[in-house]
Amino acid sequence: MIEFQAVTKRFPDGTTAVDELSLSVEEGTITVFVGPSGCGKTTSLRMVNRMVEPSSGTILVGGEDIRTPHPAVLRRGIGYVIQQAGLFPHRNLLDNIATVPLLSGWTRAKARARAGELLELVGLPAELGKRYPAQLSGGQQQRVGVARALAADPPVLLMDEPFSAVDPVVREGLQDELLRLQDELDKTVVFVTHDIDEAVRIGEKVAVFRTGGLLAQYGSPADVLRDPADDFVANFVGKDRGYRGLSFLDSTGLTLSQVPTVTIGAPVEATGSEWVLALNEQRQPRGWRSPGSAPSAALREGDLHAGGSLHGHGSSLRGALDAALSSPAGQGVVVDDTGAYLGVVSAETVLEVINRGSAG
Amino acid sequence: MLGDLISWFGDGANWRGSGGIPAQLLAHVEFTLISLLIAAAIAIPLGLFVGHSGRGGVLLVGASNAIRSLPTLGLVTFLFLLISGAEAAAIIGLVVLAIPPILAGTYAGVSEADRVVVDAAVGMGMTGRQRLWQVEVPVALPLIMGGIRNAVLQLVATVAVAAYVGLDGLGRFLLDGLKILDYSAVAGGALLTALLAVLLDLVFALLSRIVVPQGLRVAARGAAAGGTHP
Repeated sequence: MIEFQAVTKRFPDGTTAVDELSLSVEEGTITVFVGPSGCGKTTSLRMVNRMVEPSSGTILVGGEDIRTPHPAVLRRGIGYVIQQAGLFPHRNLLDNIATVPLLSGWTRAKARARAGELLELVGLPAELGKRYPAQLSGGQQQRVGVARALAADPPVLLMDEPFSAVDPVVREGLQDELLRLQDELDKTVVFVTHDIDEAVRIGEKVAVFRTGGLLAQYGSPADVLRDPADDFVANFVGKDRGYRGLSFLDSTGLTLSQVPTVTIGAPVEATGSEWVLALNEQRQPRGWRSPGSAPSAALREGDLHAGGSLHGHGSSLRGALDAALSSPAGQGVVVDDTGAYLGVVSAETVLEVINRGSAG
Repeated sequence: MLGDLISWFGDGANWRGSGGIPAQLLAHVEFTLISLLIAAAIAIPLGLFVGHSGRGGVLLVGASNAIRSLPTLGLVTFLFLLISGAEAAAIIGLVVLAIPPILAGTYAGVSEADRVVVDAAVGMGMTGRQRLWQVEVPVALPLIMGGIRNAVLQLVATVAVAAYVGLDGLGRFLLDGLKILDYSAVAGGALLTALLAVLLDLVFALLSRIVVPQGLRVAARGAAAGGTHP
């Protein structure tokens, strides 16, 4: 969908921002450009909609050389989301979102109606349409930024560090939202970030750039984590890349064991030498009774040790290991789709599966 | 002194005829508005062009500061001797006075428009002209209007110099009063000038409220109340 063919960008001061970049972004995928500052990832992105002109080389979008159409016409056909959203402060949200449709000659009524749909698509109530950007939080502004980029239904979406100015909790919500939208819309997304966690979280493909504008590695997040191309990539993805890589291994091969359980509200006996898991009426785990706990006529939640994280059966091995390591009993609790208790896994069991996986 | 001033205002003769208070007030307002219009017609397009294109900003600021340091009275007298047209000399002098604040406001408003917002405008596919009229000018309006209000205040205070070259305006009361040592006329003229300045500033404040987009006023209120949401 997007083809970089030996693209180089040199600035007048002699620095090379992008050096002979050749890369093909597949249609309908989220491809993340990631790397330290000064690696040319943003410059590469901005060359696609000619916000930056390449010094040499060719870029094709949908098979067409981007130099063929007028730059303004090219840009109206490519969604563009930037850091801090860059909403027009004097226009209300509907008019902000309707920007590209209006530039492309839609009638005002049709553009407004479309803007209303998009506001809801990105998870904002329609009543906000008459508000102004200054009346929104940073996270809400960025949602509007995404809606504005999607307004004319462009096949390609360029996102330049769109979530880096919001706090981590909001950022995670926005990432989930983007993945949900992508499921629905199937755009070709190029996403720039300096955050390797964000890259492996949302990317189907990851392009790691190194300082000087060189492409260091291009592959799936699992490939980049498991098999870094060189020391630079290995260092950039971090020392805990092996642990992160577990995100991409599923846990269906895990054998579950069982622990004794009790029900909250029921009379309980003193515990022996092992931990006992307390469940509620829906068999959802609520906490642990430690070894040597006294008997009680009716078990209360307040008497329990808080449990660790729960592991949904069949999700990634990283979650299973997390559950095992964070549990006071040393046993990660595995639950089904309804949150009901299925069994437990120990860290040793998870490691066995990992060893088997890498051996095979 | 206060009594003299009150009796000056109370004297019906001062309100009548071509030299009376209403006539001079009107002349004063006329000089102010004509000079303002001409200055705005020169300064706003120039400020928009330089701010939008980013070319010549340093030259503009330097020239604007140089013009600011010209004494208006000296300039008007000089022009009067040069072209011997009293009205032309006065108006040119006043226009030169009013250009720098409007130019500075317009240039600052356009060139300091949030880089991120301008980047978004280009990236959305706006042409240079669309970006100027749909984004840069609306966003610059508070500063443009600020420059205009600034110019109005300076003009009202300075139109009095027109009297030096024999023209009408509230300056007549000051100049003629000094000549015949009628200090109540001097004080009356000064008071009227001050009142006119306050009144015109109110009018332009109202105009500013009408033309500045609501979204920007909301943003300004948010910033004043301790910043917007994170």
